[in-house]
Amino acid sequence: MLNKYPMWKNLMVMLVISIGCFYAVPNLFGEDHAVQVVATRGAEVTASTQAKVDELLAGKGIAVKRSELENGQLLVRVQNADQQLLAKEVIAESLGDKFTVALNLAPATPEWLESMGGSPMKLGLDLRGGVHFLMEVDMGEAIRKMEEAKVADFRSQLREEKIRYAGIRNNAKGIEIKFRDAESLSSAERFLKSRSNDMVFTDVTAGEDYTLQAVMSETYLKQIKEEALQQNITTIRNRVNELGVAEPVVQRQGAERIIVELPGVQDTARAKEILGATASIEFHMVDDKADPNAAQSGRVSAGSEVYQRREGGQVVLKKEVMLTGDHITGAQPSFDQYSRPQVSINLDAKGGNIFSNVTKDNIGKPMATLFIEYKDSGERNADGSVKMQKIQEVISVATIQARLGRNFVITGLSHGEAQNLALLLRAGALIAPVSIVEERTIGPSLGAENIENGMQAMIWGMAVVLIFMLVYYRGFGLIANLALTANLVMVVGVMSMIPGAVLTLPGIAGMVLTVGMAVDGNVLIYERIREELRAGRSVQQAIHEGYGNAFSTIADANITTFLTALILFAVGTGAVKGFAVTLMIGIATSMFTAIVGTRSIVNAIWGGKRVKTLSI
Amino acid sequence: MLEILSLKRTVNFLRHALPISIMSAILVLGSLVSLATKGINWGLDFTGGTVVEMEFSQPVDLNQLRSLYTAPELDGAVVQNFGSSRDVLVRLQVKEGIKSDVQVASVMSASKQVDAAVQQKRVEFVGPQVGQELAEQGGLAVLVALICILIYVSFRFEWRLALGSVAALAHDVIVTLGVFSVFQLEFDLTVLAGVLTVVGYSLNDTIVVFDRIRENFLKMRKSEPEEVVNVSITQTMSRTIITTGTTLVVVVALFLKGGTMIHGFATALLLGIFVGTYSSIYVASYLAIKLGICREHMMPVEVEKEGADQPSMMP
Repeated sequence: MLNKYPMWKNLMVMLVISIGCFYAVPNLFGEDHAVQVVATRGAEVTASTQAKVDELLAGKGIAVKRSELENGQLLVRVQNADQQLLAKEVIAESLGDKFTVALNLAPATPEWLESMGGSPMKLGLDLRGGVHFLMEVDMGEAIRKMEEAKVADFRSQLREEKIRYAGIRNNAKGIEIKFRDAESLSSAERFLKSRSNDMVFTDVTAGEDYTLQAVMSETYLKQIKEEALQQNITTIRNRVNELGVAEPVVQRQGAERIIVELPGVQDTARAKEILGATASIEFHMVDDKADPNAAQSGRVSAGSEVYQRREGGQVVLKKEVMLTGDHITGAQPSFDQYSRPQVSINLDAKGGNIFSNVTKDNIGKPMATLFIEYKDSGERNADGSVKMQKIQEVISVATIQARLGRNFVITGLSHGEAQNLALLLRAGALIAPVSIVEERTIGPSLGAENIENGMQAMIWGMAVVLIFMLVYYRGFGLIANLALTANLVMVVGVMSMIPGAVLTLPGIAGMVLTVGMAVDGNVLIYERIREELRAGRSVQQAIHEGYGNAFSTIADANITTFLTALILFAVGTGAVKGFAVTLMIGIATSMFTAIVGTRSIVNAIWGGKRVKTLSI
Repeated sequence: MLEILSLKRTVNFLRHALPISIMSAILVLGSLVSLATKGINWGLDFTGGTVVEMEFSQPVDLNQLRSLYTAPELDGAVVQNFGSSRDVLVRLQVKEGIKSDVQVASVMSASKQVDAAVQQKRVEFVGPQVGQELAEQGGLAVLVALICILIYVSFRFEWRLALGSVAALAHDVIVTLGVFSVFQLEFDLTVLAGVLTVVGYSLNDTIVVFDRIRENFLKMRKSEPEEVVNVSITQTMSRTIITTGTTLVVVVALFLKGGTMIHGFATALLLGIFVGTYSSIYVASYLAIKLGICREHMMPVEVEKEGADQPSMMP
């Protein structure tokens, strides 16, 4: 029998469409005004914090809609914007500065729906307002740092192995190791090769100049860049959390760029200061053998370097880094017994071990704390990238009194600096400096305006298309309209389902465009059916042939459009990607609804019956 | 059956093919000349720089504003209305040694002299090297799209048809870019997305016609290629009119109601839909005929009924 769908097929259509509808539903509920509480300084948000906050708000007469404790953060929903502001003040005041309290808009999805994975579409910054940064990691600096570490490595390894070398330094070409004779060069080459397989060694001896050159292997370089990017992403994520922004986005883009999106933030200056600042500390031993007079004119031995002291004057430090900021797990500003500002530092286990060994061997010797900061110099390189300025200052020199463990203090800072250093150290150091190469700030009113505009376009376009289809194809037009509506709901459903999908303004444009183009499938089928009817086929035959013949055309036409959408997605950024996503989803769902969905209805109404005429 | 849009008799579309394709060639040439001489008015996304969008509390005189933007960091600022006479957009170039923050602050303080209640609605800064990369990527995207399509269509149809469709697409892209160049409309990222969508849309149209041509070649055994093409275009004409119509309606809705931020996108699509629709007939099909497409070329394509021998996939 022609035009009968088996039961499972009808069920499948119903199932797919109802799943789409189900996940689209959360978008109907809108958003609640909420206050978000996140712990920052070693504190923790617990059930008791929640109880305290609830009690506090009840005391102030602020009705709490719902308060949720999830992933170590507390979200308190209130009735309206006024209460939200009031609640934020009250909470921030009583919890103190160990917590970040931020305003938030939380989806008002009912709990039962949320527990089944239902959540509304995420809105892009162009629809909700906020700041978008594109940051670039200075890979040259990351590589230079690694080379310096290697230089120190080689030095100690050769010394351990008792191979004599004349000098080791890194320059633009890589690391250069000089020897006095060919014999020590070849034994050093053999030894170093066996130790570090991530470096490539070449003998570049010219005449009496016995030199071994070491450069990083391609895979090692790649690995360093990857690690630098990952580490910077983690650090920036930590820093963003310190800013107390609700639902921030920190994401990599390509090989050396990071996207940061801060919804709702308008104070870009503060955001930039925290995100871009690359402060770190290093501990070096003071080179007490250096001749202070020679140091004045910059003449020091190869293993040492002259640094500026913060309070003025110079000091010669050994180049070798005893400990870097990477091992720091905690940092709190405090005051010593003379009420001078200081920063208490906690190290991780590995850092603690290193530090303990270093201090044990050097009791009675002076150690310096070097503060390193990269700042946007305000100038640009020839290629337009931001020129970063490296500032290195010795903030304290102290004689090691005893073996130090995992906890100790740094002094010699002003109050503000102690605060800032603690914040930056806590958030982790950026392994390489970053610069902002793109910045977009969208006001919240513009975001709301954009949604309004998009909806307007959608309603007008959709209305005209629906009316036309109904008038032109009557019964079948109505079916197509059902399919079109189901299609739109499904696009929304799928967009809400995919965790990474974000609705942007071009995304809305993509949805609107899908409405216009989605009828194509139905038009192709219906025109075919009309043709078959005109050619004198029976009604059942016409439906069967119409759907059958149109299928390959629809498939071909849609696959090619899908290809271009895919390419758009691959090369596009931000807004263009958003457009490509909705377009791809729209193509997939419209093929389903236009072919399988309408067929199921058509079959149910006309299939297998004696029908003389069709409402087409 | 309401059939105002369908054609009863086969129309000899190809009779006008020569003059129309000459016109198309002139359009393409003109576009290329304009692209070469006037170039494209690249938007911020591609050139880099800073854009500040402001909303004044009342209509504001642009000349008065311009006369206030005299600070050295604002040299070469472009000031224009954006949407309404209260909304003003200022475009600033990247200046060596000057931060974009300074430029923005300078614009805002100068604007406050006119209207203290001025609101900053949007600020965008794009570094020049980012823009350049984007332009390269965009060009590459269009090229990759065309090549992918060439491969897909040659695989599914035949190389003459594939070449025809890609020529039609290239034609659409060049003419759309040409119009942007002649009228110096701003070309930003959304416009690029629009152009790529045009590629997809126009191809959609071409494929529908080609599909019918392939089918008719097999059905109409004794006919000349011209006749087959004419019949195919006639048969698909009502579909073309309806789909183009509905798409145009929503694009016009986007153009009129969608707001200024997607104006460029809607403009590119409006243009592209017109150009794309006629190019599928007068460029794609006509070129395939000139390349000597005939019935034999269609015979070995066994995959034609690919959809049909999989009943489970079928509706």
